[in-house]
Amino acid sequence: MRFVTVSGPPSSGKTAVIIKTLEHLQKAGQKVGVVKFDCLFTDDDELFRKNGIIVRKGLAGALCPDHYFVSNVEECVQWGLQEGLDVLVSESAGLCNRCSPHIREVLALCVIDNLSGIGTPKKIGPMLKAADVVVITKGDIVSQAEREVFAARVHMVNTKARLLHVNGITGQGSFELSTLWTEAEDTATVEGKKLRFSMPAALCSYCLGETRIGSDYQMGNVRKIDLDLPTGFKTDGAPGASE
Amino acid sequence: MSQNLESLTVETVFSRWPFAQQHLAEAGLADIADKPEATLSELLDAGQLEILGNFISVMEDFLGTKDEKVHEVTILGGRAKDGSDEPVRELTVSVGDVVCIVGPTGSGKSRLLADIEWVARGDTPTGRHVRVNGEVPGDKWRFSSEHKLVAQLSQNMNFVMDLSVEEFLNLHAESRQVGDPEEKIKRIWNWANELAGEPFALDTPVTSLSGGQSRALMIADTAVLSASPVVLIDEIENAGIDRQQALDILIREEKIVLMATHDPILALMGDKRVIIKSGAMQKVIEPSEKEKANLTELRAMDEKLMGLRHRLRMGERLDEI
Ligand SMILES: Nc1nc2c(ncn2[C@@H]2O[C@H](COP(=O)(O)OP(=O)(O)O)[C@@H](O)[C@H]2O)c(=O)[nH]1
Ligand SMILES: [Mg+2]
Ligand SMILES: [Zn+2]
Ligand SMILES: [Zn+2]
Repeated sequence: MRFVTVSGPPSSGKTAVIIKTLEHLQKAGQKVGVVKFDCLFTDDDELFRKNGIIVRKGLAGALCPDHYFVSNVEECVQWGLQEGLDVLVSESAGLCNRCSPHIREVLALCVIDNLSGIGTPKKIGPMLKAADVVVITKGDIVSQAEREVFAARVHMVNTKARLLHVNGITGQGSFELSTLWTEAEDTATVEGKKLRFSMPAALCSYCLGETRIGSDYQMGNVRKIDLDLPTGFKTDGAPGASE
Repeated sequence: MSQNLESLTVETVFSRWPFAQQHLAEAGLADIADKPEATLSELLDAGQLEILGNFISVMEDFLGTKDEKVHEVTILGGRAKDGSDEPVRELTVSVGDVVCIVGPTGSGKSRLLADIEWVARGDTPTGRHVRVNGEVPGDKWRFSSEHKLVAQLSQNMNFVMDLSVEEFLNLHAESRQVGDPEEKIKRIWNWANELAGEPFALDTPVTSLSGGQSRALMIADTAVLSASPVVLIDEIENAGIDRQQALDILIREEKIVLMATHDPILALMGDKRVIIKSGAMQKVIEPSEKEKANLTELRAMDEKLMGLRHRLRMGERLDEI
């Protein structure tokens, strides 16, 4: 089974691109499936199902969806094998812009759109930097100049990736992308494989459910922003907060 | 190299090889820059031409830009939707050509354009092959940000960046790392103003340009600054833009122009017309003398319609037309 991890900012066109690309593989008689990761809600699964794609979804709830993804990815691969899939795709929205679901030796795709602004490639970090293939969408609504500038910015962040333009609505470019998926490595397990980029240390009290604000309630991995406050200034209302 | 050089104008040489200007200045030939329209053969003797030719060769090797200039793209026929051989076996489009692609929706126009963009090697559903300058092209045309074979201009495209015209063009020039960005920006701006008919300032925000101005700026910018040798146009709307001049600008900047259009005026402006049906190129025809003669009448009809549109806008009735 070939396995592809797809990441990208929310609404960049991941679902649209996956559906259009899988269509070509379906036409060639392949059995395709998707595991969709999100935080609280998604109805992408309905869209996939409507297009004849077998789908499972995982909602991370209180966890970072990428952390949740890594904790579950081996199970997903085993599910895909059990369903007899030829191609399994995972979709996850990089919400914290710090995590990246990409795994070594597994084809890694990042979807990013022309409308997101030229600062975005720099901002979204590992999910773009660690990708093998970068797909740029929504080229149909911006000018040629903006497409070229945006592609150049993407290239500056990830010089090695293969860069493709795909239109998520008409499917232009999706056949070309599907040929890269066909070449992906055969994956029987991801057990023991490594993430391309380590997940951030998320071990503060808020990770554990704290809701109150103030240094008294902050434990573990806490870092303060440097605002040049006068010494002795209490960084919050809690008594004795300043060090 | 020197054989090609002598027929080129000074302007073309300087824009294609920005470093040539300094080289000539150092050789005591700075004043040829004053005659941008003249060809090199009028200004340089054989010895000077040869030295310049060698210098350009060496610089291109050094910069890694050698042979990147696309002169022609060839499409080798594949198969139609039913699997039969595509009737047109070979079509070559060269710099300066304007080629129209016509056929009903679903006939395979998009796939043909996609085959060109993807520089097909028999690995697309049509089985077509595409050659660049007569050679089988490498992967760089498929995946790099710098080498996209096809630039696109379409009616749905808008500027979305929050920048002035000048900032916007600067940004594009910078990302392309072109020589003499100021001159190029000036040229784009002048052309866009000519095309649009309603002038705009360099400090106008791109998002507040009118429809005609936006289209004009997109065309001039693509002509001068786009990395892609082929420009694909799907219709150029009539409103407020000189379409013949738009094509002339693209040709002057040595683009290969493809138009997916059913607008009779645009179609007759083309040098060639490719007819697509059932997923295959059926025929390539050239406009007949009769068709060309009709162009005058079509333009008159077009102007008449524009006039009526204008009167409607001004609140007039169209009782008399
Ligand atoms: N105009 C345009 N819209 C697109 C394109 N790709 C996706 N969209 C639209 O963008 C929206 C978000 O797409 P979706 O696939 O749900 O994004 P996701 O959140 O990354 O999965 C949808 O309305 C799509 O129809 C594209 O290439 N062009
Ligand atoms: Mg989605
Ligand atoms: Zn995260
Ligand atoms: Zn935390």
